[in-house]
Amino acid sequence: MKLLNKIALGAVVLGGAALIAEPAWAQQAAAAAAKSPIPPPTVDKGDTAWMLVSTLLVLMMSVPGLALFYGGLVRTKNMLSVLTQVLMIVCMVGVIWVTWGYSEAFTAGNPFFGGFSKALLMGVDANSQAASFSNGVYIPEYAFICFQMTFAMITPALFVGSVAERVKFSPLMLFVALWVTFVYFPIAHMVWYWDGPDSVAQAALQGQAALDAVNSHGGYLFQKGALDFAGGTVVHINAGITGLVMCLMLGKRIGFPKEPMPPHSLTMTMIGASLLWVGWFGFNAGSNLESNGVTGVAFINTMVATAAAGLSWLLTEQIVRGKPSLLGAASGVVAGLVAVTPASGWAGPMGSVVLGLMVSPICFFFVAYVKSKFGYDDSLDVFGVHCIGGITGALMTGILDAPWLGGQGIPDYSTKPGTLIAGSYDMVGQLWIQFQGVVVTLLWSGIGAAILFFIIDKVWGMRVSAEVELEGLDIAEHGERAYHY
Amino acid sequence: MKLVVAIIKPFKLDEVREALATLGVQGMTVTEVKGFGRQKGQTEIYRGAEYSTNMVPKIKVEVATTDALAGRVVEAIQQAANTGAIGDGKIFVLEIGQAVRIRTGETDDVAL
Repeated sequence: MKLLNKIALGAVVLGGAALIAEPAWAQQAAAAAAKSPIPPPTVDKGDTAWMLVSTLLVLMMSVPGLALFYGGLVRTKNMLSVLTQVLMIVCMVGVIWVTWGYSEAFTAGNPFFGGFSKALLMGVDANSQAASFSNGVYIPEYAFICFQMTFAMITPALFVGSVAERVKFSPLMLFVALWVTFVYFPIAHMVWYWDGPDSVAQAALQGQAALDAVNSHGGYLFQKGALDFAGGTVVHINAGITGLVMCLMLGKRIGFPKEPMPPHSLTMTMIGASLLWVGWFGFNAGSNLESNGVTGVAFINTMVATAAAGLSWLLTEQIVRGKPSLLGAASGVVAGLVAVTPASGWAGPMGSVVLGLMVSPICFFFVAYVKSKFGYDDSLDVFGVHCIGGITGALMTGILDAPWLGGQGIPDYSTKPGTLIAGSYDMVGQLWIQFQGVVVTLLWSGIGAAILFFIIDKVWGMRVSAEVELEGLDIAEHGERAYHY
Repeated sequence: MKLVVAIIKPFKLDEVREALATLGVQGMTVTEVKGFGRQKGQTEIYRGAEYSTNMVPKIKVEVATTDALAGRVVEAIQQAANTGAIGDGKIFVLEIGQAVRIRTGETDDVAL
């Protein structure tokens, strides 16, 4: 009964749309709709509820998760500066997102930038729908806007870790506002924007010309076929390379690396890392945009890759240093989460275990050896964990997605519209595409960040004075102290 | 009157307190301190960064006692705080000029 209702409703909707367009086509369109293999557009309450919960989980990753993770890693005198930076970035980007960010990232434009047709969320209301990755499955557009908003919030909050303990607050906020506009939104558009599975399937029924037209609406990297399930390129490589550029341009902290700058509370870092892990299920499993089997795939992958990475970081430390540390375990957990992000909905669980086991030694090598070898002061290892972990994950996605390695393959919306059958898989070709995705992100983000940083630094100055840095940013910049013992 | 000042390993505090209680010592003052002696400090590693801290956390115990009891107090602390490893700490004995109990105004041995 319920199913019949849905089908009838879908036929009415499609028929109605055709009627408005041209009465003469109405008969044909109605006939086509009746035998179309594409299910009618449906919004499911379970999907909607899951997406709203996922949105909150991702918000929890930023505040308090990331804030505490980073806050615990700085010295007592700079605790509040990091918390304030993360919290304010979340607030500011939220406002920017609904003002122009969403439109710039998720409306049709050119392959690099979206348009401004939904600026100020024009035309979006409670009935608007956003496509998922299954034919006929939609979620309320407001839920999609909020979910993606939390991604835009956390990404710039990630790179404050590289410039912690010496960056000036207000210029940093201006940098973030410009950075999301010229770096984050375009990269999100390049990687994630497309017309949706129904448009592709519909076009496929009409022939190659229509299919090409629909495909050409997608973002630059989407058109190439780059796979990034939840933001390995968009979030982690992006934030990681910007972090490296910023810390190189800002310079080392006074006293680095001679003076001890130990974390002031690894307890908080542990709490933060744990909140990140829990929240990451919203990030990765939520990125499926609906609640189904693939959501379960992303969920289990997020669980096991992270566990494997925490384990392998500790084993690496045990072998190299002889002492397994909590900070190492927490770093491994985050590295695993980063690496599995692009692969979460594509790899299989055992592939994810392999990914987790391999990412930690690579990241460990960067934070323990490469950083000291080159002497850059990436205070909280944004580059070493997020960029390197993200690159590892993005490239490995191309390998682990292969069905013969337990991966999911790539759903083909065009050859058998509406059936979601995986097409053939070309591992070498996909790896090459993944590589291009990594390089484009590194260049766009790295160069974009360098230009923005250079301008703001010349005009305003990105770095606090030596006195402020020595006294601590909490008292000098914010007029308060974290602890009154 | 003597003031016995002992710098000991933090985890030895309870044993020292119990040993002194057995002697009938009525009170003590405990402070968390840092310092170094022959035990040169510790190495801490955070991700790649290795820091050697040359100050080691210790506990300073101060006990004011009568001249008669001072020798046994020193002996009790020395035995209770001993592990046989470097870094066990030191005991200093100082002369006290005057002692006053604030509540009653009693002075010297009665005030201890």
